[in-house]
Amino acid sequence: MNNLIVLPLIIPIITGIILVFLRSSIMLQRVISIITMITVSVISFLLLDIVQTEGIIRLDFSGWLPPFGILFVADSFALLLVLTASVVTTICLLYAFSTIGKDNEKMFFYPFVMFLIAGVNGSFLTGDIFNLFVCFEVMLLASYVLVAMGGKKVQLRESLKYVLINVVASWLFLVALAFLYGTVKTLNMAHIAERVAEAGQEPLLTTVAILFLLVFGLKAGLLLFFWLPGSYSVPPAAVQALFSALLTKVGIYALIRTFTLMFPLNQEITHTLIGIMAGITIIAGCLGALSGRDVYTIGTYNVIIGVGFILIGLAAGTETAMTGAVYYLMHDMVAKALLFLIIGMMVYLTDETIIKNMSGLIRNYPLFGWIYFIVLLALTGIPPLSGFVGKILIGQGALEAESYILLAIGFASSIIVLYSLLRIFLASFFGETTISFEDRKRIPKGAYSSFILLAISIVFIGVGAESLAVYVKDAVNTLINPSVYIDAVLKE
Amino acid sequence: MKINDVILRTVVKGVVFIILTLGVYLFFSGHNAPGGGFIGGLVLGSGIVLLYITYDLETVHKKMPFDFKKVAALGVLLATGSAIGSLYFNAPFLSQTDGYFNIPILGEKHLTTVTIFEAGVALTVIGTLVTIILSISEDE
Repeated sequence: MNNLIVLPLIIPIITGIILVFLRSSIMLQRVISIITMITVSVISFLLLDIVQTEGIIRLDFSGWLPPFGILFVADSFALLLVLTASVVTTICLLYAFSTIGKDNEKMFFYPFVMFLIAGVNGSFLTGDIFNLFVCFEVMLLASYVLVAMGGKKVQLRESLKYVLINVVASWLFLVALAFLYGTVKTLNMAHIAERVAEAGQEPLLTTVAILFLLVFGLKAGLLLFFWLPGSYSVPPAAVQALFSALLTKVGIYALIRTFTLMFPLNQEITHTLIGIMAGITIIAGCLGALSGRDVYTIGTYNVIIGVGFILIGLAAGTETAMTGAVYYLMHDMVAKALLFLIIGMMVYLTDETIIKNMSGLIRNYPLFGWIYFIVLLALTGIPPLSGFVGKILIGQGALEAESYILLAIGFASSIIVLYSLLRIFLASFFGETTISFEDRKRIPKGAYSSFILLAISIVFIGVGAESLAVYVKDAVNTLINPSVYIDAVLKE
Repeated sequence: MKINDVILRTVVKGVVFIILTLGVYLFFSGHNAPGGGFIGGLVLGSGIVLLYITYDLETVHKKMPFDFKKVAALGVLLATGSAIGSLYFNAPFLSQTDGYFNIPILGEKHLTTVTIFEAGVALTVIGTLVTIILSISEDE
């Protein structure tokens, strides 16, 4: 028992509620929310360290022992993601301070960001699949508000689609849960894994597994991503960055957890299916990114390519591939957040979204331009930066698993990513500037510091991959040997 | 146009008391029998909504000057507060405790901390319910 585990969930919730009462004092809201997120980041780092020495820790809520009660389980995989999510949220808040606007701040922006991160952290940490559903809902309800924040006409249209698709997905999630509970009579994830292993994952259970694949595929944007480009391009930039960094990643986390822990036995069906879906997702994402003429389309389709690429790691399923997937997951959270913050800033500076209409940004804002170049290199996977380790390991894993088609698709997608992002760089950053140096809008200091912090994180994940290796290795060990997780939960 | 709603107003004056009493009864009975914070909150909330329907917004606001969004927030604060209270006693998160106390006049009573949690749930339900109805009914 260690009550620290629940803090990444409960601290943001309580802060969010307190912020509701402080609606009118915006300064106080900013200070409190940033302090909260820094605290949560520090706590999740401490937890990560504790897990290295003591192994997986769990917390049984109000002392009900598993498999009967609800519990939080903290292993390295979950904690790495909690840490990355909290750090990214902290930095996105910095950006939001100077850009989100007084109206949004008064309409409970900070409380809902707190609820969003609470839901995200809860989803990563929970060890009970129904609780996963609840945390998903906390996160989604907050995101429904954030996607419509600002109240523009286009936001209403897209948020309506977003809400509908997610309500349908949540309904499917409940149906899948009902089937699962009807078959194995338990909701504790470790206990489910044990019972599925005893029964030998018969066809019925595999069907349930595929239903979960559909649900999480919808949430993660795996193959069923038709809702994503629209709804991710309408909210304010800070919210876009949070969404593309966190929301799809929770779906990916759920997929990885489900198919490494609970349903790992029938791989020729489930993992092949994941592989096919990942391949199609990448191809479709590439087509979208190539066809896009405005920054939002290119950006959102790059999110989709990222999702497909991480799931190649899961489809290959070897130890190397999973290591790559964990690295790439962390990289993608940081890099996509930075990409969307930069895109948001580009639109703010030029009032244009079509890349051809903005030009020569790098002349007025040299540092800004070069930070974009860093993201571009990182997302492509150029060596010293964050994307490289993940890409090379996922590639190596795909080779080990002899899935050459996925390997080819994955690395071909890197070229498309490079091309699509380079097009923004050439069209919008290079060339003659249309706005004179005197008339340029200033980039707020808060926004600049958030760019720099995220860029540092990207370099750190790349150059410091070795220092993260301890944690990642432990995380992958749990993913490859589900018995470690099961023993930690069910055996005292 | 002014509608003649004398009957409605007269009936509601009596009925609201019955509804609110039932709500409180359901809230407390939840400990050992069907009921509890959620159901009690729903009944209490529907009583308040009935008042809003019968009289107009201003009249009810004069007597109950609450911002129901804040009532909901207070409820969540109460519920989560009672949940993290256990952290202070180094018990697992959400742990609850109870005991029998002799209170003058009332006699021996069973008091539990889970009632605080339930009160939080009830306030949240009331706040959310009334906020939803009020925002739907607002015009332009």
